Amino acid sequence: MNFPHRHLLGIEQLGREEIVTVLDLARKFREVLDRPIPVVPALRGKTVVNLFFEPSTRTATSFNLAAGRLSCHCVNFALAASSAKKGESLLDTCRNIEAMRVDGIVVRHPLAGAPHFLARHLKAFVVNAGDGCHEHPTQALLDAFTLRERFGDLPGLKVLIVGDVAHSRVARSSILCLTRLGAQVSVCGPPTLIPAGIEALGCDVFYRLDRILYEVNVVNMLRLQAERMVAGMLPSAREYRQLYGLTRERLAGLDPATVILHPGPVNWGVEMDYDVAELPQALIMNQVKNGVAVRMAVLYLLAGGQEEAA
Amino acid sequence: MRRGRPAAKPRRLLSAKGIALLVNRLAAAIRRRNPDIRNLALVGIKRRGVPLAQRLARRLGPGVPVGAVDITLYRDDLRLVAETPIVRGSELGFDINGRTVVLVDDVVFTGRTVRAALAELLDYGRPCAIQLAVLIDRGHRELPIAPDFTGRVVRTWRSDIVDIFLTETDGRDEVTLQRR
Amino acid sequence: MSRILFAAGRVVDPNARTARRLDVLVEDGRIAAVGPRLGPVPGAERLDCRNCFVAPGFLDLHCHLREPGREEAETIASGARAALMSGFTQVCAMPNTDPPIDSEALVRFVSRRAEEAGFARVLPVGCCTKGRQGKELAEIGAMRSAGAVAFSDDGTWIEDAGLMRRVLEYAKTFDAVVMTHCELAALATGTANEGMVATRLGLRGSPWPAEAAAAARDVMLAELTGSRLHVCHVSCAATVDVIRWARARGVQVTAETCPHYLVLTDSALETFDSNLRVNPPLRTEADRRALLAAVADGTIDCLATDHAPHPAEAKAVEFDSAPPGIIGFETAFSLFYESLVLKKQVTLPGLVARLCAAPARVLNLPVPEIAEGAEANLVVIDPEAKWFFDRSRVLSLSRNSPFLGRTMHGRVRAVMLGTRLVSPLGA
Repeated sequence: MNFPHRHLLGIEQLGREEIVTVLDLARKFREVLDRPIPVVPALRGKTVVNLFFEPSTRTATSFNLAAGRLSCHCVNFALAASSAKKGESLLDTCRNIEAMRVDGIVVRHPLAGAPHFLARHLKAFVVNAGDGCHEHPTQALLDAFTLRERFGDLPGLKVLIVGDVAHSRVARSSILCLTRLGAQVSVCGPPTLIPAGIEALGCDVFYRLDRILYEVNVVNMLRLQAERMVAGMLPSAREYRQLYGLTRERLAGLDPATVILHPGPVNWGVEMDYDVAELPQALIMNQVKNGVAVRMAVLYLLAGGQEEAA
Repeated sequence: MRRGRPAAKPRRLLSAKGIALLVNRLAAAIRRRNPDIRNLALVGIKRRGVPLAQRLARRLGPGVPVGAVDITLYRDDLRLVAETPIVRGSELGFDINGRTVVLVDDVVFTGRTVRAALAELLDYGRPCAIQLAVLIDRGHRELPIAPDFTGRVVRTWRSDIVDIFLTETDGRDEVTLQRR
Repeated sequence: MSRILFAAGRVVDPNARTARRLDVLVEDGRIAAVGPRLGPVPGAERLDCRNCFVAPGFLDLHCHLREPGREEAETIASGARAALMSGFTQVCAMPNTDPPIDSEALVRFVSRRAEEAGFARVLPVGCCTKGRQGKELAEIGAMRSAGAVAFSDDGTWIEDAGLMRRVLEYAKTFDAVVMTHCELAALATGTANEGMVATRLGLRGSPWPAEAAAAARDVMLAELTGSRLHVCHVSCAATVDVIRWARARGVQVTAETCPHYLVLTDSALETFDSNLRVNPPLRTEADRRALLAAVADGTIDCLATDHAPHPAEAKAVEFDSAPPGIIGFETAFSLFYESLVLKKQVTLPGLVARLCAAPARVLNLPVPEIAEGAEANLVVIDPEAKWFFDRSRVLSLSRNSPFLGRTMHGRVRAVMLGTRLVSPLGA
């Protein structure tokens, strides 16, 4: 199978063929999820640990379910972010877990590069469930899957990512993933939240939402974090909504075929007005369902196959 | 690759006519055993079990549904293969609860593929009976699996290669045996 | 009487920037004679330097020896030894220790520890401000008379402009140079250089004005006060422009850069290797080229190591959590040689000048020379040597270097300081 990687650390390392391999496989696993008994024994006897240094119910649960559907045992470790000063270092935590004979580690960490660090030091395979502002590959893959389901092929599809791109690992992974699949990606947000040199990843940059919103097929709204106001990057949530939110007024002018995505959880009344939730063009719940299938595909590709000689 | 004697050329065991004959006999046997074909369903084991199941269904009469199972996710040897195997996906477009399901495959050998198919089938529901139909039984069972309907029994060495070619998958109908 | 004859090496004059094939005879730690074909000399140990250069020992303007306070990373003795074996006969130890070197007693402590060790000479640098807190003037006069050669709050920048002005004025009284670590803390909030690479890797970036704007303020204050200023670890093109501008206006400013800024750029951060975490951060290729050109044309007149050891467990963490720093003594000469001499930016005598003459002038110390009557203070350099920077043979107590496992070109084969002659292991 066309997936010669030991870990999934980011979209950065994946070529178009490899991304398509994952998405095609995810479709097969979607079928499994619709069965009366949605479980297959493919990864029976394997164990995966969810090592989450940042709180997350949905991603952790999604990986949990994905593992379970493959008969893979999944254990949850929710920890405070490691700091070299207090408590156990990241490396020690993982060495301890690995000593308990674990096949894979799904890690979410507030600092970029933490999964790469682990991959260098551990025998288990590593799946990046979000490292700081760097990447969140499974989210990008499930977004691509959701779009492929709706649109078929992606080349030429116009996608707009709106919001705090500077601090968004979802944005970075998505830009890479969608451009590799041939889509045309733009980002939009206030200049204080658009990082230097983002065009180098292959996207266009807009600072006024109304200039680009009505030209695209897909709009992916990012979550605005309250800390940004405190850090002085934005004057207020109200101003953000006026300039960059999917308000009722903007929705009224939007083509009903335009798809709306959001990685969740949604700040209703900030990124989007609540009316969006009812619209058939909002595929947010599809994203969640597809997330399990995509994560099953990732776990199957990394955990299946020959055990490494001890 | 064994050194010494070069591998012998494959020898034809069955021609297209031979296969057609066996398929007819299998269909007849299935009908004899299951007079009420309304409750019957055929499930082919991917890949070549599927076209065989379709041929049998046509001979059994209209209204016999055909499904397909891909046993990759149920294999008992996933740990031993070097490369992660391709998952082809299963399609079962009907409810198997309470039905008599005939599993169809081209060859039965060690029996492990059939065991995996049984496990997968039972995850879809609870059929009232499962029967097994195969075109070729080449022996060397490693599990207590026995077909209910057999086209032909062929004696082989374990190292022999038995190849089935079907028009739907390979462009021609033929069965060959290659001694190694 | 101990006699050593360095035979037939090309002896470098760092002032004239020339090299002539000469013999050098050292007796009891002093240069007894320099001339063509002095030998054979009875009772003298003969070192064949035919394929080598013989140069005055290097002076490192900027290193961290961690003692007192963090002896698990390095001690004055281990650092001075590593330095000597790498060709540095004199090193300036920065005062950001624990406690920081801000008093006469601590300056003397550093000198005494170095003397006890008996390897490279350690020239203490004192803090500009008490406790390195950036609030009050430190006892610069007392430290100077105790032997401090320069003053710096290295590790942080003195944010208070009024205080920096007073530091410069006060230091002038004692004819001491102030070494500034240019970093605007409010801008330099990241761990990598702000740019395309940091954006792609999701690392917080510190933009180049964090250094250049701070340097601009300091050179202007130096112009105002007429003091001598030295800019530490220049990492970007804009700072070079600032220095050039200031020199043109007659400011007495000198500057240094370090091997990693001449050899690496931020594109190396792909692997998130914490050994690449350094402050100021690695910058872009354009910056690197500007630094090489600045060294070649003399705008950056000195080369230093910024040797910054950290114990293994401190660096075995995520990139953002790791303390910044790279050990530098052992790889410095080779990296400078490769990036400057082999790339034809400067000649070998020119490199030697930047490693020993220019630094000495910054400190107003006599430039060591290879001349009759002078103390023995010299290095033997083998430009053709190829060696492997092996983890197991690191001399420092710490191993935080991104150059481990790399093949290096050019090597210091022997060093003589006074009566002590050393060779790096496996030379």
